[in-house]
Amino acid sequence: MDKDDTLARGGTAQAAETMTGAQMVIRALKDQGVTHIFGYPGGAVLPIYDALFKVEGITHVLVRHEQGAAHAAEGYARSTGKPGVVLVTSGPGATNAVTGLTDALMDSIPLVVLTGQVPTHLIGTDAFQECDTVGITRPCTKNNWLVKDVNLLARTIHEAFEIATTGRPGPVVVDIPKDVQFQTGSYHGPHAIHHRTWRPKTDPDLSQIVKAVEMMAAAKRPIIYSGGGIINSGPEASRLLRELVDLTGFPITSTLMGLGAFPASRPEWMGLVGMHGTWEANHAMHDCDLMINLGARFDDRVTGKISAFSPGSKKIHLDIDPSQINKIVRVDLGIVGDAAKALREIIRFWKTQKRQVQAEALKAWWKQIDTWRAKKSLSYRNSDTIIKPQYAIDRLYAATKHRDDVYVTTEVGQHQMWAAQRFHFQQPNHWMTSGGLGTMGYGLPAAVGVQMAHPNALVIDIAGEASVQMTMQEMSTAMQYDLPIKIFILNNEYMGMVRQWQEILHGKRYSHSYSEALPDFVKMAEAFGCVGLRAEKPAELDGKIQEMINVRKPVLFDCRVDPAENCYPMIPSGGAHNEMLLGPDDGGEISDAGKMLV
Amino acid sequence: MHDTKVKLDNEVDRHTLTVLVDNEAGVLARVVGLFSGRGYNIESLTVAEVDPVARTSRITIVTSGTMHVIEQIEAQLKRLVPTHKVTNWTSEKAGIEREMALIKVAGTGEKRVEALRMADAFRARPVDTTHSSFVFEITGSPAKIDSFVDLMRPLGLVDVSRTGVAAISRGPEAM
Repeated sequence: MDKDDTLARGGTAQAAETMTGAQMVIRALKDQGVTHIFGYPGGAVLPIYDALFKVEGITHVLVRHEQGAAHAAEGYARSTGKPGVVLVTSGPGATNAVTGLTDALMDSIPLVVLTGQVPTHLIGTDAFQECDTVGITRPCTKNNWLVKDVNLLARTIHEAFEIATTGRPGPVVVDIPKDVQFQTGSYHGPHAIHHRTWRPKTDPDLSQIVKAVEMMAAAKRPIIYSGGGIINSGPEASRLLRELVDLTGFPITSTLMGLGAFPASRPEWMGLVGMHGTWEANHAMHDCDLMINLGARFDDRVTGKISAFSPGSKKIHLDIDPSQINKIVRVDLGIVGDAAKALREIIRFWKTQKRQVQAEALKAWWKQIDTWRAKKSLSYRNSDTIIKPQYAIDRLYAATKHRDDVYVTTEVGQHQMWAAQRFHFQQPNHWMTSGGLGTMGYGLPAAVGVQMAHPNALVIDIAGEASVQMTMQEMSTAMQYDLPIKIFILNNEYMGMVRQWQEILHGKRYSHSYSEALPDFVKMAEAFGCVGLRAEKPAELDGKIQEMINVRKPVLFDCRVDPAENCYPMIPSGGAHNEMLLGPDDGGEISDAGKMLV
Repeated sequence: MHDTKVKLDNEVDRHTLTVLVDNEAGVLARVVGLFSGRGYNIESLTVAEVDPVARTSRITIVTSGTMHVIEQIEAQLKRLVPTHKVTNWTSEKAGIEREMALIKVAGTGEKRVEALRMADAFRARPVDTTHSSFVFEITGSPAKIDSFVDLMRPLGLVDVSRTGVAAISRGPEAM
């Protein structure tokens, strides 16, 4: 294959070079350190694909649907801390990526999505495969650009990376008309290119840090409520979070997005908070006198009924995005800044000011927490004859917990909540789930992206039989790139969470939530060239799980579980943290206002 | 003007905000989309480039909401990538607010004389005159224009074109 000299160089700072727009795209990606692109070719990106054909050092992953490309890039980004890069064509290529963009916006995942566009002279004429990509993606990106001048292309791509990755991370779109890809212009490297306006604040105000430390030292019933911001800040933030808990002995809970930032094996860990959080985490949130929110956003899945949310506490909120502070819950102290930087300062002030916790009060608080823990809110009635979904997750965790290279992605629904409750994470960046948008079909392509970044790791998509059918075709991608992802389907033959809500809220009228006409997942796996496994009895589960782990191929695991099992504990919609249902016998009336909520 | 959804936790007030933004493609859509997407109200909006060298545009928006909603609107506006600065003239900084309107009144006889007399009292200037109509140009606070329009209604009001509010700070400093 002939190598293109312009593209081969890459990296070093030099004066402007002349090349085509398509070559600039690839060169800019190389200069940004991109090694993987998830994409799908089409008419309006052919020049870029042509430039890609001649280049080494960038692996292109051909997905089967552009939504898969975006989710794969999200999985890649979440598990590496690097931005995920997507390349798709105009029109349907761009619109298919919209779900992934929105998902990444909600969960603050850095994505750089490059879309082809019809040539500039055809824009606005309803040309073939034309759509208003920047118009459609404006509300679902952090920023987006239509590049009409080839001499602005390199600069725009570098700015796109800057914006996707700095401040609160998020997705960006660069829309590139086909004629711009063909035109010749001058390329500038990423050095000294900064967006002219975007200057996110990452250094916290020290006066607020001092106040936070004061509040922490005075707290009698403190709780740390950490979120995805800790993960996004990088591994140093997770390390500092551990150090802060070492210093203070404060109890800690986390949002869905924040799992793994604090090791689940430590005694201070109280488990997940929120709608399906543990009894102890939610009661401690409700009864605390100081809530320390580190990089979470008071999402409605966490807070429940706002008017009854932790009524007696003072609240500290650390967030890199100033608009999150006082958005949902009024706080006593807002700190704007990067989580690692703020935690480092909090620890420094705590140490230099020789701060002490309220030891006696904290002891009593822990005693109270222990009584809540004694409820064992995650327990369930197991069975010898039918696989309980909780049991399946427990066995999967038991079979893998000795390894530190296990990455878990999920789809959305009951299986996701069971995984969040029962699969215990020790490190950040090992848990990939669609939290904000709740995108069914996220987990399989996300697993593709994770495995691409970590070829030797054990990557498991904990799935449901309904979700997995939404992006099933990416099994073919997994085969093509030899990615041994494990799709562990908790098959209860229902859209389980929908069924659960219909049972509790809609008089057991199971309207269209039954997974009718299910495919035979084992045969389907075989059709893709993957391995299909099925477990129907609890006794065969361990052996089959081991078989799944041992095989160096993508696996579809059809785990047939109890179709009637509901996910508990649960705060019914419109309820407060201390109004949890522990199980099916708990009853619980749901208010009309609660039924209105989702 | 499109949405009237207002969160009624407590008192709803009208606020005038100015946003200084990079003058680039789509920036107005970004600002307006933020309002419609998050269910905020726009009562009036004016926009024009104000510095061709720095390529910045100034958008002045009159909106309404509770203090909590207004704070959120400001925070969300500041969060947009092309935003330089957001100023609230109602709650933060002393500013002067002016609006211009062109108002067409048609009529003859006593009504026509009365319209002209009223216009004079409001310092509205006739910029187009025929035997049966006037177009008045009037500048002032939105409230002043509201009352002039109300007075013109029984005198043969035909058409109203308003610019929306422009605002600037008092004293020597910029926004």
